[in-house]
Amino acid sequence: MEGRKVDMNIELKSKEPASVPVFGDQKRLLRHAMMPHMLCPGCGHGIVLDAMLSVLSDRYENLDKVAIVAGIGCSSRIVGYIDACTLHTTHGRPLSFATGLKLARPDLDVIVVTGDGDGVSIGGNHLIHAARRNVDITCVLLNNEIYGMTGGQAAPTTVLGAYTTTTPQGNAQHSFDVSELVKAAGATFVARTSSYRPQVFGEMFAQALDHVGFSFVEVMTDCTEYFGRINRFGTGPDLLMSQARYDPEIDADLAARPTVEEISNPQPVRPVLPTGLLHRSNRLTLEETLNVAGGRSSRSNENRVVSGSARRDL
Amino acid sequence: MRLMQGNEACAEGAIAAGCRFFGGYPISPSSEIAEAMARLLPKNGGVFLQAEDEMASLGAVIGASLGGLRAMTATSGPGFSLMQEHIGYSHLAEIPCVVVDVMRGGPSTGLPTAPSQGDVMQAQWGSHGDRSAVVLAPASVQEVYDFMIEAFRLSETLRTPVTVLFDEVVGHMREGVELGAPDESRLGSRPEPLEPPSEAFKPYGRDESFIPHIPNFGSGYRFHVTGLMHDERGFPTSNTEIVAELLERLEKKIQVVQSMVPLESYQMEDATLAFVAYGISGRTARAAVDLLRARGVKAGLVRPKLLWPVQDELIEAALARADVVVVAEMNRGQWVREVERIVDKTTLVLSFGKAGGATITTDELVSFALSLPDALSIAGSPGALKKEGAFWSAGAHEAG
Repeated sequence: MEGRKVDMNIELKSKEPASVPVFGDQKRLLRHAMMPHMLCPGCGHGIVLDAMLSVLSDRYENLDKVAIVAGIGCSSRIVGYIDACTLHTTHGRPLSFATGLKLARPDLDVIVVTGDGDGVSIGGNHLIHAARRNVDITCVLLNNEIYGMTGGQAAPTTVLGAYTTTTPQGNAQHSFDVSELVKAAGATFVARTSSYRPQVFGEMFAQALDHVGFSFVEVMTDCTEYFGRINRFGTGPDLLMSQARYDPEIDADLAARPTVEEISNPQPVRPVLPTGLLHRSNRLTLEETLNVAGGRSSRSNENRVVSGSARRDL
Repeated sequence: MRLMQGNEACAEGAIAAGCRFFGGYPISPSSEIAEAMARLLPKNGGVFLQAEDEMASLGAVIGASLGGLRAMTATSGPGFSLMQEHIGYSHLAEIPCVVVDVMRGGPSTGLPTAPSQGDVMQAQWGSHGDRSAVVLAPASVQEVYDFMIEAFRLSETLRTPVTVLFDEVVGHMREGVELGAPDESRLGSRPEPLEPPSEAFKPYGRDESFIPHIPNFGSGYRFHVTGLMHDERGFPTSNTEIVAELLERLEKKIQVVQSMVPLESYQMEDATLAFVAYGISGRTARAAVDLLRARGVKAGLVRPKLLWPVQDELIEAALARADVVVVAEMNRGQWVREVERIVDKTTLVLSFGKAGGATITTDELVSFALSLPDALSIAGSPGALKKEGAFWSAGAHEAG
């Protein structure tokens, strides 16, 4: 099949931001019967859920044809709060379930919500293979750099030196750059954002949904109860401010503001990470290479105007 | 009638049963099933996915099933171990799927491409937690074809994972198979939702048959599916009463299968010596019964086609007249424990276990049976053995 060789990198057509989601209408997509939620005060996941709901409420009348699939962990629990076809699977395997579901029902929009322990540690193999196959689903990975639900143990995203309940002397293992990993594995849309800037996340999430193929949005969020507390970062707002330092420009503005309390840990717990749209390319989706009818065409990626500027514009 | 391998018949049976999704990972001696499905599914409007591992295989199968397709995977021992997590998920979340395990010698990587019946206990107890499994054990290529249709019927009707368990010999041997298209009644179907979509919709609502009427994703219903303990809405709960009730309902649902699958009973009317054997060992034992009968021994065979849940009442009734029961299996003695549990305490139950990668032979079973009177009398158990022609009877009853 000649088409399989198509792999064109697409120039970003515009630096203009895509339409910014209108916040406010998202509550209608909330599964009220499931409340109260189980997120801790100050947890960044609620901000991400809110932004996801905003984008979804902008795009859908209802979520009858939207399946949201999650693994195990705090991040994965947020799908239960969305009034969609929601599937809470096993630890690390949501992409497997989602791949089967998408191949069975290519007409459904399938979104995966996972975390860093779920998606990169126990589910790392599934993540790279989903990216390799370019299955047409959108994966949102909430990266709080720790195992929150099980009590704050180190994850493969915990940076060197950080304190967790299993690294009382400071983390001795190097961490993954998750977005780079997924990009290298063949994902055709990769973006990184943070819960500090939910509107930027919303913009990237919306573009990821538009993108046909495996689209990946990593969102840096914070675990106040474990990562924040154990590393003496402060509380929710302090953690959000520390996230601001992912952006060098903001970081410069915040030069006078301390980020990490002076503790014995000499490691830079918050390295500066590139955010925004990191990668976009186009190739046939898994549905197309398997000749499964009923899905979207990767051709529609070719003329879409996208924004890679999602930094200070918002 | 077509001449084919058990593994090919497995794929043909799945297609005939309406299977339209296969997710799998290569492993001997089951790989021919994946290869046949890769050939057959696209021709039949289905999807074949070679996954990155066995966890992903069964995950994709469950996802496809929730999307409405009849879906399956096939593997062997090491892969079956990796699939246990998702077999448990399928059971608790009540998403139908069929899992084929073509057994080879274990533990660990073990004996690739040599037969074994070593996964019999794993098929029931491999996944953590309290769970009753549904496991079918075909003994011939024809039965592999027929049992695949039956496996999908049970799985779809009851919304539960069904395992089809056979060994390398059944998987690789070639026999003539009648590939009749099953009629509608043999296919079964998922229970339709009882009510239209609404905010109060309960996908796991109770039904007098204990089977929930869960819709497929994308059919107009919005609901939550989880591997956590859940209430009738599908929402996670740790309420002990709700959880106990859920486990109770699941158990009752599975036990219904006992009455849905027949038991093979051969020459048992007057048998004093009964073999209990399943799969390929069942056929060996059947040949041994004929040879023993020719020598005047009143031998018989009980061959369960359903290994789990155990058909206690059927088996107890079938073995009621036997004095000695020999459970012949290609392992170190696994299912024999179930037979010991079921039969009258006065019946002597012996294990003929053979592990190591070779099948049990008819000669071995005949010699074993003929040596029993002497062996038992030397051991002084189970009491006095009374010769009756070429064979003996009683003994065990009196010892009780």
